[in-house]
Amino acid sequence: MSATAPQPEQPALRIDGLKVRYGTGRRGADGASLAAVRDVSLQVSAGECLGIVGESGSGKSQVFLAALGLLASNARIEGSVRFDGEELLGLPAAALNRTRGAKVSMVFQDPMTSLTPHMRIGAQLAEMRVHHASATWREAERRALEMLERVRVPDAPRRMRAYPHELSGGMRQRVMIAMSLMCEPRLVIADEPTSALDVTVQAQILALLRDVRAQFGTSIVLISHDLGVVAGIAERIVVMYSGRVVESAPMRELLRTPRHPYTALLTECAPSLHRARLDRMPCLKGQPPDPTEPEIGCAFAPRCPRVSDRCREQRPPLTRIDELSQVACHHPHAT
Amino acid sequence: MTATLWRGAAQRLRTNPAAVVALAVIAVLVLLALAAPALNPNSVEALDWSQVATGPGVLHAHWFGTDRLGRDLFVRTFEGARTSMAVGLVAGAASLTLGLGFGTIAGYLGGRADYLMMRVIEILSGLPLVFFVIFLTVILGRNGYVLYTSLVAISWLTMARIVRGQTLSIRRREFIEAAVASGGSPARVIMKHIVPNVLGPVAVYATLMVPQIILFESFLSFLGLGTQEPHASLGTLIAEGAGEIEAAPWILLAPGIFLALLLVSLNVLGDGLRDAFDVREPA
Repeated sequence: MSATAPQPEQPALRIDGLKVRYGTGRRGADGASLAAVRDVSLQVSAGECLGIVGESGSGKSQVFLAALGLLASNARIEGSVRFDGEELLGLPAAALNRTRGAKVSMVFQDPMTSLTPHMRIGAQLAEMRVHHASATWREAERRALEMLERVRVPDAPRRMRAYPHELSGGMRQRVMIAMSLMCEPRLVIADEPTSALDVTVQAQILALLRDVRAQFGTSIVLISHDLGVVAGIAERIVVMYSGRVVESAPMRELLRTPRHPYTALLTECAPSLHRARLDRMPCLKGQPPDPTEPEIGCAFAPRCPRVSDRCREQRPPLTRIDELSQVACHHPHAT
Repeated sequence: MTATLWRGAAQRLRTNPAAVVALAVIAVLVLLALAAPALNPNSVEALDWSQVATGPGVLHAHWFGTDRLGRDLFVRTFEGARTSMAVGLVAGAASLTLGLGFGTIAGYLGGRADYLMMRVIEILSGLPLVFFVIFLTVILGRNGYVLYTSLVAISWLTMARIVRGQTLSIRRREFIEAAVASGGSPARVIMKHIVPNVLGPVAVYATLMVPQIILFESFLSFLGLGTQEPHASLGTLIAEGAGEIEAAPWILLAPGIFLALLLVSLNVLGDGLRDAFDVREPA
């Protein structure tokens, strides 16, 4: 798993100062707005597997939807998203469509609804290749079959002719992954790919993603609210809270010595076989801040066990600890 | 969903006796209308002065009788039926295409474009249509194109609304988002992912639209705005018959019965299809 350490070469995806706001007031009126992403900068190196962790509403999906131009039309986006050195934000749709699906592809959360219901599996897969690589249908279908076999869909030739509703959830997610790989993208963004699946199937899909990375050498961004899911596959983890990155570090380091108190609490919330059984699962009290309110001080302060007066007044900047780790906290745990 | 949707719908339709009968009646009427010229040697325009306004019977050459000019009503009724059915199909297909295009685009784009497009529909459906048709006829003269245009002009509006509603209901579904994320242009997403998925409910509405168009054409022809002599449509024949209802009721009866049978059957079939597709239940 440690085969590809982040390389000094140009990152595959580089996000700088990304902000996403939604106008909630009347059209034109610059009144109320909701900050989904307050300020996010991150990089994904070539061949790297990056995990993004955060609870609902932390903006983790928004960052990548914004990067691919998939946000609702009332979203206002600032900052920069560079893929292979090319700026994606503000790119016209036609140009963006040459990147989406071909060089960067997405795997969505719910495989039950992400496949077009009226098309056979084989045709849906092949279409990607016909559309982006101008392959012939015959070629594309051969490739679709090969992909299904590579994501270990049993009895692939028969599944090619099946409709989505004839497959189980796990099988459909395999199909989605196969589809995301049809054009050999440099980056696959998996947005909660296992959340809609049973735990046993979840493990299979994660194993598959790991395998895909080994086979194809693509970078993977795995977005999840579950630290456990991400820990099994990511080399580096970015923890988000309230639209900001609060900590980013290599996976082992982050799990062993979390610097940010939020990360620490997340790791404690995960049930473990190695720790003594507790009567109650520890849980994080309180709610994340309202995204329509302006932020004062650290967003995590109201729920933080290490909170001080300074936290309530002054927002801690994201500071570099070493070459691979960053944390945004006034009172980080010393390593 | 859709392929099995069609198969399942066909199965459910078969278990609905009313719909099966309606389908059979429509098939017979269509066959009769197409075969009529071969069955009876009389021409549409020929006048038989020896048999003016003769009642129906099998002993003479005019099975449905003749009108007051001595023209054969059997041949004319089926000529009218062909005209009416052709109008229904052609204008129906045109409205379907137009409504499908307009509705999916409005529904898919949403926002301001949708708002403007729907207001256009509302303004158009607010126009008094008979007046509109008379207006067009006066300006452009009486010809088939005016007739078709005005029929399409009224029927595509509702179709567009229905298609838009269906599009709105699926446009936020994840498979559409997935198609966009995979680099599909709006045109492609609409053609490959939206149109096939709204086609089920739309097909149902189309079967109910065809009889409406036929009826409206008959109505316009009855008023003298539609099909012109010597050609006949069911509407012109009924108008002619209505004038002779006391002296020669058969002139009204033949086209009247045909029209009623056709309209009832189409409506029953449309109802059966609606049940078969179970449109009320969200797809």
